[in-house]
Amino acid sequence: MAQITLSNLAHSYLAQPKSDADYALKAMDHVWEDGGAYALLGSSGCGKTTLLNIISGLLRPSQGRVLFGDRDVTEAPTAARNIAQVFQFPVVYDTMTVRQNLAFPLRNRGMDPGYIAGRVNHIAAMIGMEERLDRKAKGLTADAKQKISLGRGMVREDVNAILFDEPLTVIDPHMKWELRTQLKSLHREFGHTMIYVTHDQTEALTFADKVVVMYDGRVVQMGTPEELFERPAHTFVGYFIGSPGMNLLSAEVNGAQARVLGGTVDLPASYKASGKVQIGIRPEHVQLTAGDGLPVKINRVEDIGRHRLVRAETAGQSLNIVLPEGASLGPDLTHARFTPEKISVYADDWRIEGVR
Amino acid sequence: MTLELQDVTRSVNGRVQIHPTSLVLERGTMNVLLGPTLAGKTSLMRLMAGLDQPSAGRVLWNGADVTGQRVQDRGVAMVYQQFINYPGLTVYDNIASPLRILKRPAAEVDRAVRETAEMLRLTPMLGRKPLELSGGQQQRCALARALVKGAGLVLLDEPLANLDYKLREELRVEIPRIFEASGAIFVYATTEPEEALLLGGQTATLWEGRVTQIGPTTQVYRQPSDMVTARVFSDPPMNFASARIAQGQLILGDGATTAAQGAFSGLQDGEYTAGFRANHLNLSKVSENALGFPCKVLVTEITGSETYLHLSYAGQRWVALVHGVQQLAAGATISIWIDPRHIYLFDGSGTLAAPAGYALTEKAA
Amino acid sequence: MEKTVNNKAWFLVLPVLVIVAFSAVIPLMTVVNYAFNDTFGNNQFFWAGFEWFEDTVTSSRMHDALGRQILFSGIILAIEVPLGIFIALNMPKKGFWASFCLVLMALPLLIPFNVVGTIWQIFGRVDIGLLGRTLASLGIDYNYTNDWLDAWITIVVMDVWHWTSLVALLAYAGLQSIPQAYYQAAKIDQASRWAIFRYIELPKMQGVLLIAVLLRFMDSFMIYTEPFVLTGGGPGNSTTFLSIDLVKMAVGQFDLGPAAAFSLMYFLVILLVSWVFYTVMTNMDRENMQ
Repeated sequence: MAQITLSNLAHSYLAQPKSDADYALKAMDHVWEDGGAYALLGSSGCGKTTLLNIISGLLRPSQGRVLFGDRDVTEAPTAARNIAQVFQFPVVYDTMTVRQNLAFPLRNRGMDPGYIAGRVNHIAAMIGMEERLDRKAKGLTADAKQKISLGRGMVREDVNAILFDEPLTVIDPHMKWELRTQLKSLHREFGHTMIYVTHDQTEALTFADKVVVMYDGRVVQMGTPEELFERPAHTFVGYFIGSPGMNLLSAEVNGAQARVLGGTVDLPASYKASGKVQIGIRPEHVQLTAGDGLPVKINRVEDIGRHRLVRAETAGQSLNIVLPEGASLGPDLTHARFTPEKISVYADDWRIEGVR
Repeated sequence: MTLELQDVTRSVNGRVQIHPTSLVLERGTMNVLLGPTLAGKTSLMRLMAGLDQPSAGRVLWNGADVTGQRVQDRGVAMVYQQFINYPGLTVYDNIASPLRILKRPAAEVDRAVRETAEMLRLTPMLGRKPLELSGGQQQRCALARALVKGAGLVLLDEPLANLDYKLREELRVEIPRIFEASGAIFVYATTEPEEALLLGGQTATLWEGRVTQIGPTTQVYRQPSDMVTARVFSDPPMNFASARIAQGQLILGDGATTAAQGAFSGLQDGEYTAGFRANHLNLSKVSENALGFPCKVLVTEITGSETYLHLSYAGQRWVALVHGVQQLAAGATISIWIDPRHIYLFDGSGTLAAPAGYALTEKAA
Repeated sequence: MEKTVNNKAWFLVLPVLVIVAFSAVIPLMTVVNYAFNDTFGNNQFFWAGFEWFEDTVTSSRMHDALGRQILFSGIILAIEVPLGIFIALNMPKKGFWASFCLVLMALPLLIPFNVVGTIWQIFGRVDIGLLGRTLASLGIDYNYTNDWLDAWITIVVMDVWHWTSLVALLAYAGLQSIPQAYYQAAKIDQASRWAIFRYIELPKMQGVLLIAVLLRFMDSFMIYTEPFVLTGGGPGNSTTFLSIDLVKMAVGQFDLGPAAAFSLMYFLVILLVSWVFYTVMTNMDRENMQ
């Protein structure tokens, strides 16, 4: 086990990258603490898989170093890095039994048969496959196969890190719950460093202690789920986290008030903002009122079970509002009020701090 | 326009894929088929489309029997999980292709293509090839191809499953809008309860080749007719506990007791199963007569604004969704509170005995 | 996936049925007629029952030809299948060289059978052939017209040259369909090259390999043109395979009855083997579906 350090790392798929735009992964410094559960979150094409492949050694970066602990592994092949990886689609050895599948990484490393047998049984119990150990892997369902992949990733105790590349894509919603909690329990029990790549915010937030949000080849924010939700550092994080994402309104900010098209909004502090200025507020932090706040026009109300989603607009800019289940929606509710301390101010897409 | 299935069944090699199913889908309705993989959603859609013939039963279109009729003659459009477009043709030609096959005049084709492209926000991409587009745009192109010929029945088989989470969210908002503009019968298959709720309309829940319930989406959600439906239509899965009614009292699990009021008051004494959704479990005593349960915390998952608690109570696995960020140590024992108004009771056969009290008032709201 | 059943579609098959009836079934019936009758010309037939079949089954000439045939098919399968896989494994996976190799590999497959025979007939000649001369100048006593072993080696090499590409191309297609993730997972599991082949590549190639084996078996079992052009079945009878023997019997000796019985049995053997293959393959498919 080791801390993973990325130093001045960048990657381009072109042989001679010229501008910033040629880089799939822009220069970054980053440290993955030993034993942490991380998620790498972003939309497809944001560079997250590139980063993962560099860590696993399947790809050599165009520049920069990768360190496992103190050891420079930039040039080391995958096999020499002692990591495990679980892929999007279940990778199992069809002709082997479940037991042989789980034992395979250990057997290849010439471990003691007694140790292998014990370890395989332990892992099989953790992933709930003890009863099917002697079945051929071929006929199993996708989620059972993915469990085997998870188990194979977990079977070696000494791995530096376990990497997950969208491992729950092919799994039904009901099974996702089970596999995700299993992963969390496994992390708690074994304490491996885990890096989980996904485009699904729920998976990322629920799995990780720290979520790394990537956008356009860059890490735009790293933080706990709460930080990402309450204080998105970039408008992309605001949009990407939460469903629906953060409401963003163009504004003119001077001091402790923001002027938007429909009126003024009180801010939690005093700001000096220039460039493209926006204020951001989560749909969860907007209340409908009878007269206080900005005037809104309600277009649609969606009952999505545990809450209601109001699709509204204020002076032509769309505004989503989340109401609790069963909340009443009278015709007198014509305005929307934002909870001041939950408002973020963005200048050129980056969050700025105010002075209290 | 109506599509009607009358006692339609299908079995292949003696294995039943679809148990007898009767449905009536009206013009201009959004119909969601909700169920896990292999529940029979695709099989049912193929029967509706005419891609498969039913083993028994009839399919009626506007009252006329179309059971043996070919798909080509039926005015059906289908969109799949994979983005299926002609890779060599531009977006414009892709959208135009169904009309050109029908040999429509060029001016009409052009008008229809531009209208449909506008509706699906594809106008700026008409000159491009599908593979140059993002996944969401590719799927919108496939949708446009399905809609352009004005088919009376549009079947969508998990159309968003292969898209990124955020793109999925955006298209989920667009699909009801597109559907309202088209006026066709939409049938939409999905595995995700939340998607069904977002789409609205009516929902049929499927389980092992059987339609377990059909009705307005929120009604099926709040008043599931049995445990299977409740399970299919809950994400996270519904929580269950043993329950007993005796002498006007409702006794849950290891002895939490409350007066059997409202819908519970008419129930006979006996054994039941109580069901309640994750978001109705609370960390504090939410109401006067809330029932408390000592639970062991297994895992906590924080989404930023909410926390999922995976709990164990009397050998049962429960999931609670509570507000705010709750850092609870695994292994700790905590009290979980449930308002009796949020409890469903199912009888020994799994049929709903009494709906949760809140669901009855919610329906009126 | 289940298809719609439409019985009218059978009418579309009718033209083919008519053509097949004229081109195959009617000639085949003539053969059947010859197989059960004896004739001395003038269109006079005498019922012979199963006499010709008994003769053929018990004839040592037939046994020898069948033995040679099985040996030949066995040898070329044993060489071409592993060699084809080996070539496929070492072909470039993408880029210019991949296309180049594919074209190169396809070339021998495009050459007509009798041309192949002629090429090797000249190539191996001791007086003017490049191969024959070279071997002779190296002091190797090589003459495929005199020595049965040389003849066999030449025919086997010729067939390997002609047909290994087919196996290689099929295996290559099978290999291309393996997702990259499998190789990455194997690297991470520290699987050896042999383990990758044994547990990933071979299982994924299984389907196409069976097709390759079936095609090569059928083709080699029916081989006629190339050895006929090259050796004419000699020296002696050493390269007289079933089909060559059949032609000798029917055209050379004009023993129509035994030849007809022979060809019927020949046909049935091939049909039987193909059926066994087909059954094995569909069973495997079914296993995969589960």
